[in-house]
Amino acid sequence: MCRLALKSSDTPFSPYEVLLAMEAMQEGYDGSGLGLLMRGVQFTDFNYEKDKQVILSGIAHTEEALSRLNGLMENRGFVQKYDHEFTVHPELIEASDRFKYIVRVYRKPENMDEADLEEYLMQTRLFLRKDGEEHGGDLTVFSFWSDVVMIKEVGWPLAVGDALSLDDNRIMARVVMAQGRQNTNYGINLYACHPFFIQGISTMTNGENTAFVPIKEWLEGKNIPGYTGYQSDSEVFTHILHYVTRKLKLPLQVYKHVITPLKSEELKNHPQGDFLQGLRVACRRLIIDGPNAVIATLPDETSMLVMDAKKMRPAIVGGKPGTWAIASEMCGMMAMVPDRDPAFDFQPMREHTVIIPPDRKELQIWTQFDPFTLPQAA
Amino acid sequence: MDSVRSVYTSPSSLTYCDLPWIIQHREDRCTLCGRCTAVCPVNAIYLTYRRQRVPKLDVLKKKRGNEYRHFVGIRQHTSIEKKCIGCGMCSSVCPNEAIGPVPNTNEHRTVFHQNQKGEAWKRGGRRNKSGATILDRIAFDRISMLTDPALDAGRHEFSLNTILGRVLPPEEFLRRKMAGEWIPPTREIFPFIIGSMSFGALSPNMWLGLLQGVAYCNEVLGIPVVMATGEGGCPPWVLKSPFLKYIILQIASGYFGWDEIIRAIPEMQCDPAAIEIKYGQGAKPGDGGLLMWFKVSKLIARLRGVPEGVDLPSPPVHQTLYSIEESVMKMIQTLSMAFGFRVPVYPKISGSTSAKAVLNNLVRNPYAGGLLIDGIDGGTGAAYNVSMDATGHPIASNLRECYLDLVAQGRQNEIPLFAAGGIGKNGNVTQNGMALIMLGASGVHMGKYIMQACAGCLGNEMGRCNVCNIGICPKGITSQNPKLYRRLDPDDVAQRVADVFMAIRTEMKKIMAPLGRSQSLPIGMSDALGIDDADVAKRLNIKYIC
Repeated sequence: MCRLALKSSDTPFSPYEVLLAMEAMQEGYDGSGLGLLMRGVQFTDFNYEKDKQVILSGIAHTEEALSRLNGLMENRGFVQKYDHEFTVHPELIEASDRFKYIVRVYRKPENMDEADLEEYLMQTRLFLRKDGEEHGGDLTVFSFWSDVVMIKEVGWPLAVGDALSLDDNRIMARVVMAQGRQNTNYGINLYACHPFFIQGISTMTNGENTAFVPIKEWLEGKNIPGYTGYQSDSEVFTHILHYVTRKLKLPLQVYKHVITPLKSEELKNHPQGDFLQGLRVACRRLIIDGPNAVIATLPDETSMLVMDAKKMRPAIVGGKPGTWAIASEMCGMMAMVPDRDPAFDFQPMREHTVIIPPDRKELQIWTQFDPFTLPQAA
Repeated sequence: MDSVRSVYTSPSSLTYCDLPWIIQHREDRCTLCGRCTAVCPVNAIYLTYRRQRVPKLDVLKKKRGNEYRHFVGIRQHTSIEKKCIGCGMCSSVCPNEAIGPVPNTNEHRTVFHQNQKGEAWKRGGRRNKSGATILDRIAFDRISMLTDPALDAGRHEFSLNTILGRVLPPEEFLRRKMAGEWIPPTREIFPFIIGSMSFGALSPNMWLGLLQGVAYCNEVLGIPVVMATGEGGCPPWVLKSPFLKYIILQIASGYFGWDEIIRAIPEMQCDPAAIEIKYGQGAKPGDGGLLMWFKVSKLIARLRGVPEGVDLPSPPVHQTLYSIEESVMKMIQTLSMAFGFRVPVYPKISGSTSAKAVLNNLVRNPYAGGLLIDGIDGGTGAAYNVSMDATGHPIASNLRECYLDLVAQGRQNEIPLFAAGGIGKNGNVTQNGMALIMLGASGVHMGKYIMQACAGCLGNEMGRCNVCNIGICPKGITSQNPKLYRRLDPDDVAQRVADVFMAIRTEMKKIMAPLGRSQSLPIGMSDALGIDDADVAKRLNIKYIC
């Protein structure tokens, strides 16, 4: 089973704090990997400007791949502004083919409207990934987006943090999400490691999505660029969130209604029952199954936690104004925000969506039984 | 001793050893009550006097002689039309367990003589091919119990229902919802459906029992079972009753019964579950429906608007139609309109390599509510033996091919595929149905299994009984003769319908729980399937296991 930890704070903090929480929950994973995502990023050595710059995260496994990457990025019109050099202790890393961990800041191309830019960034990420795959997997690219840094590696989470010296405070963030354990259900692969990312949207999951294959087949059939990969059954959670909010342009509340719709008898009494019943039928192939706790973060630094429809996984959210955390286990929560009042911790049930809004003042808890604003169908 | 004189044997002269079923009669137990001979549906046995010569030699008196013993016994006719069908009604009425049919394990000769007077062999039942089917051999092998906490089939809640009807892509659904436009009707139903068996093919008691059972499943057990009528309409009292919502009305090439249906529309209290347009049937592709004259009783004649006692062969195709494109357009749209666009309308076709062509046509028709494919193992009330045994396409690969075609187009949620033909052929109804669902079916239709499980149909895949076509069903399931169908109590049938669907519901959970599925029917979950045959695995695009 995987372990999940997320911390969101007004003041940037070291990602190592979240790795310590992972260590607290260490009993629950097998040391097969770490996935880490940071938003609200701050570098000690560089003044990062979110509005003007984008960040590429990945691994160049050979020198040749790195020089190829330089050329490819130049050809696609990206000017490099900063290259974060991790202080690496290679002896702590299991794998031996890690030439360079890439966290690079590029200037946003000018004269491109927002929608075009978002498309271009994703296409560039997919292009680089494909290029790496075509060269025997010598280049791995996790994200290419504004204000997002991603690190994925095989090994024990804390050991990976030590190997990359993440405790040196040279890189800090306001939102950090981490997942420990590779997707050992399907085979170890860096791309199979949570969190997953598409166009600013990221999710990580604790569980097993047993409806994976039919969902994957449906998403692939949409022919939407970026709906590829699927080395892990949990990747579809990210793409469903992207599809619901970006393609269908529905409010965030609807995500839970799509992946775990209410029963027919419950919808009969729901103020938007008619709409939701129709939506459930139209999005029937996106209904997830199995035990799952899904944690998501969005470009505006919103964080979200939802459970599967039977609440078969634990997950807890807690904190204090300004600092909040989500963890799959209570001990992870204790490690991240020890000075909170545990009486206000919340363990969501099957119908809940918990939101940590960007202002981080208080938690929002939505239930599926409540109506929500839906201007389109009004 | 009699000498053998010139013996004349006609080409079709057979002895009882040549027949598929041999009557075994124990004279020491027989009470000569005659019940067996009275009940035999084909008059295969008769009571007869026999003489037995006992040679007698008195050594002391040096005298030879004979004694003759006379006795009464049961004997078997050997003519083709009176050959034993193995139904076993004789044993069921015998007070002393003195009689019963035994299958002839040797090859039997009747198959060469079933065409007397040039009439090719017609029968009921389905393809006579016994043994495990491909579906029987599929195992559900992706057990998530090992990787994540499992579900409890006994305690957890399961969503087992499926959707019948056209489903819009999410983008189009939202657009139409916003614009207030028409959204195609859908029904939430139980994925195991009682397949088309007409009022005419089935006896009134059987039909009533099924309907009672279906209503009980819906209204008391909360299992939304629906049943299809088959061609031949529906009794007017049902059309005007609230039970119509559990019924899929079929329209086929003979249009039998549709006068009554159309006339009843203004008085209907609710809409039917769906309309099924039959273009073909798995048991006899390219052949129309057939109700033989034996079964066209006064009631059936009235319902179908025909004279009594005449054969009712439906044409092989819909006569008003010219091509599949036209039929899809005309009939689906016309029937949608007749019910105010509130009822899903879908075609039923026989399994065939051309099924994909029909499917692709339906994908582009905004009114098509699904596609039902009936494979070669489908049953029928009456068909030519050659059609049943040799014509058609097995359902597994046909369904899978169509589903993967939809997947390639990203349309697998839009046109639900339903599968039929041999589901539960060897009794493994839930396993067969779930295998098809995981291969891509949204649900399955079953007819023969329902007759066997809910009414005690005696037919099997080795030629047992199979006389549904001539109205002499010994159980009263497929007869229009009141003397026969009064043997069947509708209440008992209803009870068995409830038993069957409760058991299927439990077995579905027992299959889904280990796979970690409970929130939705695992349609297309092919990663859960494996089969011990590499070629089949390759063809169905599932795992080979051994």
